[in-house]
This record gives sequence, structure tokens and C-alpha cells, in this order.
Amino acid sequence: MSVDIATVKKIASLARIAITEEDAARLAPELDNIMGWIEQLGEVDTADVAPMTAVIPNHLRLRDDVVTDGNVRDAVLANAPQAEHGFFTVPKVIE
Amino acid sequence: MTDLTDLGVAAIRDGVRDGSFSARDVAEAFVAKVSAAKALNAFLVETPDHALAAADAADAAKAAGETLKPLAGVPIGMKDLFCTKGVPATAASLILDGFTPTYESTVSGKLFAAGAGMLGKLNMDQFAMGSSNETSAFGNVISPWKRNDGGNAALTPGGSSGGSAAAIAARLCPGATGTDTGGSIRQPAAFTGIAGIKPTYGRCSRWGVVAFASSLDQAGPMAHDVRDCAILLEAMTGFDAKDATSLDLAVPAWEAGLSADLRGKTIGIPKEYRVEGMPPEIDALWQQGIAWMKDAGAEVIEVSLPHTKYALPAYYIIAPAEASSNLARYDGVRYGLRDLPEGANLQDMYAATRAAGFGDEVKRRIMIGTYVLSAGFYDAYFTQASKVRTLIARDFEHAFQKCDYLLTPTAPSAAFALGEKQADPIAMYLNDVFTVPASLAGLPAMSVPGGLDAQGLPLGLQIIGRPLDEQGVLNAGLAIEQRAGFIARPEAWW
Repeated sequence: MSVDIATVKKIASLARIAITEEDAARLAPELDNIMGWIEQLGEVDTADVAPMTAVIPNHLRLRDDVVTDGNVRDAVLANAPQAEHGFFTVPKVIE
Repeated sequence: MTDLTDLGVAAIRDGVRDGSFSARDVAEAFVAKVSAAKALNAFLVETPDHALAAADAADAAKAAGETLKPLAGVPIGMKDLFCTKGVPATAASLILDGFTPTYESTVSGKLFAAGAGMLGKLNMDQFAMGSSNETSAFGNVISPWKRNDGGNAALTPGGSSGGSAAAIAARLCPGATGTDTGGSIRQPAAFTGIAGIKPTYGRCSRWGVVAFASSLDQAGPMAHDVRDCAILLEAMTGFDAKDATSLDLAVPAWEAGLSADLRGKTIGIPKEYRVEGMPPEIDALWQQGIAWMKDAGAEVIEVSLPHTKYALPAYYIIAPAEASSNLARYDGVRYGLRDLPEGANLQDMYAATRAAGFGDEVKRRIMIGTYVLSAGFYDAYFTQASKVRTLIARDFEHAFQKCDYLLTPTAPSAAFALGEKQADPIAMYLNDVFTVPASLAGLPAMSVPGGLDAQGLPLGLQIIGRPLDEQGVLNAGLAIEQRAGFIARPEAWW
């Protein structure tokens, strides 16, 4: 497996990170090198091993289905780059 | 009168309690030192008012004859990964530019409730991604230490809690919070000659802590010695309903339980940690550590952790995968930076904002994470890494059937110069070779100073314990600390 420039552009687009042609050309060998190093994991026989989902055994807790928090609209919006009328605002999505 | 900034957490607490000095005097002394130490670039935000207010509250309680809180009069530093209400938090990234939390992280809230004051927010690797503090958007933290070879190279304090480590080593604060995802408390502690403990995963709430890799991130204290770490850890720990991974367990009295007597204990030496090319000084320190353990009454045996070599590559799948998911929230809509190019649509805005706001290492890890989670690669990478993680945890379980703790070096070298490893990400990642396995297994682990290398730089020893056995880890750390007699400190040049 090798990471080429086209792959880098695809990953960047999936990751929602804008990159230039130069960025892609620089990142391709870097990521290829890292992924090449990671490939060694393939050597490990994991046929009968379950993937780890929780590092420390813990129970999923349930709580009563009641509101415990909220009514903090202004606190939620306080850090918005742009907020109007109690909403976050974004560029027009539908013409 | 002694310089109050030479004192650690316990000495300050006790001195304020018995009236040897006022909390105000302590806070003022540290505030002055913080503001005079800009050359280290350890603090991103200074909060003298917070520290002084907490000190005044401690003095008022003392004057009123009230019982003082556990950390009354103790000012601390706060890694910038912790959200503290009303104080800017950036995680050392431009993408959180302008973000001021409207809430308090559980850990910082607990520390303040215990009476601690905050001297400021500490610099770190951007989003805690790095082992050298070279990925901060606000410049490198410089270690207070210098090599004794006459050269004047600026050294790394380690990462990602490098601001915390540098500030404590330079005595700008007696203790600080850190977070450890793959070694970010232990490695900087080793590089700067201080102590630091990562507790069992789930001991400290992650609520209000900027997330990097959620199944690994764990907060912990950093301080001059083991006792100070125990005191801070007690104040930070405890169940939090707001964190689904928080362990619902009582907080042990770790300070009261400290004992350096290791008779009846067995220490395991993992043979796979003897890595190729390890400097002889690291090996010598390890041998010295073994001798100290025996001197403390412990039996020392060799154990095997056969999957050790796969821990780092597994980590560099799991951590970036979780990071790519966690960092999806930074999109320019709800907080932080927004880059809206002329005529851009929503998707363009996301991409432009993230391109402008994230540093190179963060982008690199998000992209690795996106890649390993993408369709067609998920099983080959992420599932395989999660299975290897199971095997690594199983290795530790087997070892702990034969021994109580493991003793290893903390890092494969002393602090390196800034810029020295920046060009090669894999060389940088290898710095965490001894700390990452315990992180993957969620185990408590701590670093304590063991000695100096030939260039006069600190080296650390790591103790790894069974799940929830922080007491054992602290006790073994204390046994080393008492025998190492580490008193070296950096000469003030800043």
C-alpha cells in the first residue's frame, strides 16, 4: 500500500481540510512513510482475538429520563464566530 | 526567610496551615516568578487574580479559625487543555482562537474546590499531539535545563505537557495538571527532573478537557515529588456523572497510604523494553533502579510483554482515528476560528477554517485517522489495531500474575534539542516507546527522576502498576525517590 498524491487529496477532502498542490506533494511521502511503518501490525496473528472496546471494565450507567441541564442558550452561543437571533449562522446552504 | 517558590505542594499547604507564612505571600512570590519567566514560554495566559483570590480566601479561612481545605494556599498551573470558566482556552491551537469556556472542567473545578488557586494556563503541544512541545501555535516551550557541555542549545521540556513540566522545574509553580494520552505526563516529567503520574483510565473525569483520543486521554498531576503528586491526585480524582467512562469508585487516601517499604513486593523487568540502540546511560539507570527496588525490600524478576513492539504502531492508528473523529467539531460554526473565503459555501468554509486553524502535526494525525477509518481500510487498520491492543493489555495481565509493578526507563533518551527530531515524525513517535503500552492498557504509571546523564540532564524511571493500584505505583516511586536523592535543578538563565 502506498499513499500517493491523489490519495492525499481524497483523504484531505474527507477530513474537510483544504490543501494546496504543494501540500499534497509534501504530505504524500510523509504519510506513505508513516503508513509503511504502521504496516508491521499486519504481522500479528489476531485470528481469535476480540478488538478492545473498553480499556477498563466499566458498566454503562443509565439515568432517569429527565432533563438535568439546559436553558443555557446564551452560554452555548457565547463563543460562536457568528450568531444571530439565538442561532448559529453559516453561509447560505440553499439558494 | 526561605524563598517560598522553592517549596512544594505539601510544604506550602503545611506552612499556610501552621501559620509559617500567609497564602498571599506564597501566591505573590509565584506570580512574580511567572511574570519574570517569559523566556521559557511556559504560560499562554497568566491569571494572577485567580491565584491571589484563592490565597486571600485561604488566609481569611485561617484567620476565622476554619478548617483549611486540602489545597488551601497552593497555587498551581493548569495545562491549557483544561477548560476553566472565563479564561481563554486554546489547546495551543489557532483554531480555538477567541474561545473562552463558559463552563469549568471537572478536574479544574475539583482542584479549585479543594482551595487551589490558578497561576495561569500552560503551553503544550497543539491538541496534546507531540512529544517535544514544538507543535504549539504559540511557540515552543523552552526547557529550563541546559547541557553542561558549554553549548547553549535550547532543549525540549518534552511533550505534550511541556509547559507544565518546564514551569514546575523552573519553580514557577509547585504543581500543575497534565494530561497523558501516550506518555504526555511521564515523558516531560522525565525530561525536566520532576515527578508525574497518569492514574488508571477513568479515575479522572475527562469532562471539560479538550479531547485528543478519548479511549486514552487521562489527566494527572505533575509536581516536584511523589508526595505532592499524591496530594494533587487525590484532589483531582473522583466519579463524574458527566463522563460516561468515569469510574464510580471512592478516592483512596493516597498521601496517607505512602510507604517506601517494598518488602513482599515483586518488581517485574520487561525484557522487551531493552530496545536496540538504547543509550548505555539509560540502561545503567535502569540497573540502578533495580538495585534500589531490591534495597527497598522487593524481589526483582524478569517478565515478558511479547507484543511490546506493536504498541507504537497500534497507538498511531488508534489515537489518530479517535482524534480525527473528536476534532471534527472544529468547523468554524460553534466556536473558535472561522475562515470564510469570498463566495465560499459551507463545505469550503469548513475546509478553509480547518486548513487555517490546525497546525501541521494535527493535520497529519487527522489525515492518518481519516485514512485508517475510511471505507476499505477500516478492518485492516483500525480493527487490527484494536485487536493488538487487546493482546497488549493481555500481556500486562499475564505479567501482573507474577509481579506487582513493572520498572522501566521513562524515555529512551534525555531531553533533545529543539528542532533535532522535528524533520522525522517516526523518530519523534519513538520517543514514547516506553510509555505508550501502559496507556493502551489504561494502567496507572508514573515517572520519577532517577539521575542525570553525562551532560547533566535528568533521566526518569517509570513504574507501571495494576489497574487502580495508584497507591502501589506511588509507593514504588517513593522508594526510588528516597534512594535516588535527586536534588539537581536547572540554573536560572531566563
